[in-house]
Amino acid sequence: MHLVSSTTVGGDRSSGAGPPSGGPAAPAATGQSPSLRPSSNRVGERIILTVLFGAAVVSVLTTVAIVVSLVIPAISFFREIPIVDFLTGTRWTPNFAVKDYGVLPLLVGTLWTTAIALVVAVPLGLGAAMLLSEYASDRARRVLKPVLEVLAGVPSVVYGFFALQFIGPVLLSGLLGIQVGTFNVLQAGLVLGMMIIPTIASLAEDAMSAVPSALRQGSAALGANRMQTTVKVILPAAISGIIAAIVLGISRAVGETMIVAIASGSIAQVISDPRDAAQTMTGFIAQAATGENAVGSLAYNTLYAVGLTLFLITLLVNVISIRLVRRFREAY
Amino acid sequence: MTSLLERAGTQPLGRAKGGETSPRSVLFLLALWLCMFVGLVFLAVLLVQTFLDGLPRLDAALITEYSSRLTPEETGFRAAIFGTVWVIGTTALLAIPLGIAAAIYLEEFADNERWYTRLIEVNIQNLAAVPTIIYGLLTLGILSLMQIVLDFQNRNIVIGGGIALALLILPVIIIATRESLRAVPAEIRAGSLALGATPWQTVWKQTLPSAVPGIATGTIIALSRAIGEAAPLLLLGAVVFVRFDPNGLLSGFTTMPVQIYSLVAQPQEAFRTAASAGIVLLLGLLLVMNLLAILIRNRFERRW
Repeated sequence: MHLVSSTTVGGDRSSGAGPPSGGPAAPAATGQSPSLRPSSNRVGERIILTVLFGAAVVSVLTTVAIVVSLVIPAISFFREIPIVDFLTGTRWTPNFAVKDYGVLPLLVGTLWTTAIALVVAVPLGLGAAMLLSEYASDRARRVLKPVLEVLAGVPSVVYGFFALQFIGPVLLSGLLGIQVGTFNVLQAGLVLGMMIIPTIASLAEDAMSAVPSALRQGSAALGANRMQTTVKVILPAAISGIIAAIVLGISRAVGETMIVAIASGSIAQVISDPRDAAQTMTGFIAQAATGENAVGSLAYNTLYAVGLTLFLITLLVNVISIRLVRRFREAY
Repeated sequence: MTSLLERAGTQPLGRAKGGETSPRSVLFLLALWLCMFVGLVFLAVLLVQTFLDGLPRLDAALITEYSSRLTPEETGFRAAIFGTVWVIGTTALLAIPLGIAAAIYLEEFADNERWYTRLIEVNIQNLAAVPTIIYGLLTLGILSLMQIVLDFQNRNIVIGGGIALALLILPVIIIATRESLRAVPAEIRAGSLALGATPWQTVWKQTLPSAVPGIATGTIIALSRAIGEAAPLLLLGAVVFVRFDPNGLLSGFTTMPVQIYSLVAQPQEAFRTAASAGIVLLLGLLLVMNLLAILIRNRFERRW
């Protein structure tokens, strides 16, 4: 597909201004279907192709394996704990004497850290994206973009430690005078937000850069300045890509483990104040995972029940994001 | 799009009072720069603060000593450094050939109209966004199955860590490789085929070598992501005080980020200082790898 269709373009270029009808006719003339594959009759080539195909299939097998490995222990879990209790219970105490398996506290914890992260990352990420796409010179963009992306390259365990060591005690309690405990969702969410800025900024910038410059010129011709063009023309035109960027940021925030495991605490409770500690879904899995849980035990299966919940939530979010990205790509 | 143009046409966007230098416009630009700089300042504070915290422990013992519960002032990352080398080596051996092969198939041979090709592509996009800790749950399941066949008790083994991280970075390598293969102009393929080379010879002798710098850059960045990853390894039980060098695929291990995590949980201040020093070490390693990636990209990547 890729090869022959581009070959025709190359052929046109070498023959100067060839007739446009020459392009589409080329594959038919060579008698090949638009792929490298059918031209090979050698056994060795076929074997190699099969091996390559096998490698590509590994990714599908990985997904299947993820689903199977999550669902089987989760089913055993739901045999012991009714699924209604799991989804509606408000107490999560698998390590206590009286065990309760209501997942809501973990969901609420995840909701808090994700929401705080978005409050930080959406304005900062979009601001950076607007700057990079509409204002920055090529040269400034070449420097600023990689530097911003370093934020995504720092290991999350480093962020978690920094949240616990600096953001909570020094920035929040010390400088801003907000009384927080050692562990709280606020510090975890703030740092989580910093981590997902590049995700949002990078995708949103792609979406804004993809807006045709005719729109910018039209806007300028009507007398708008750059700010008005950016806010009233570019932003609405790129909105599906921007939403996709935010949705992907949500998916990152929901799935991030180390920051929340270190900084947001290990008490599963439904909280109404971000200065309190709360455990998230990923935080629970990280804390409960010791490698010692016997396969098939309730403690082992509990990990997978929470893991399945997490997987389904992020899958839903990812599917929405991929749909939106596809739509914004087709827009122009 | 027409609706937008109509809107722009029927409702004037408002006259720009003073154009680009009106107060609102200038404030807006300032706000945008502020957005950019919050992230950069945060990064700078993180680096400086961590370096200052870790400074007292940036000594030889940090590298040569095993972790120790008894003498927190001399606890070191020796086992974690060796463990990282072993696990990342295994990860690279698993993920690089597999990822490049899959990318070659998808970019050079796959028929994009077929349903299974699209399934694979959507699937890779999805995998890239699966939470990393899910890969830990998957690997735990795989190891439990392997335990039936192979005889090992401990699930915290090098091959387990390698499998988890390899599956984790596979989508990253595939996507990066595809992009660099796509950048190789079709004329090179056409020329090779015209000289009588088979499709595979074309890929192996022309397309792939031309794409190597891009692939190397993408792979190094993927591996540096794997080096910093701790979440999936927690599930295997890597949070332990390992006091030996790993010596094989079935050997127990801990890695740099995992050991940093376990030090953070300790109450003694000396352990936190050691954690800061460990972070400096880890960030230094990642910095070197990223510089290498940038160097390769700038020196060897061809622009057609």
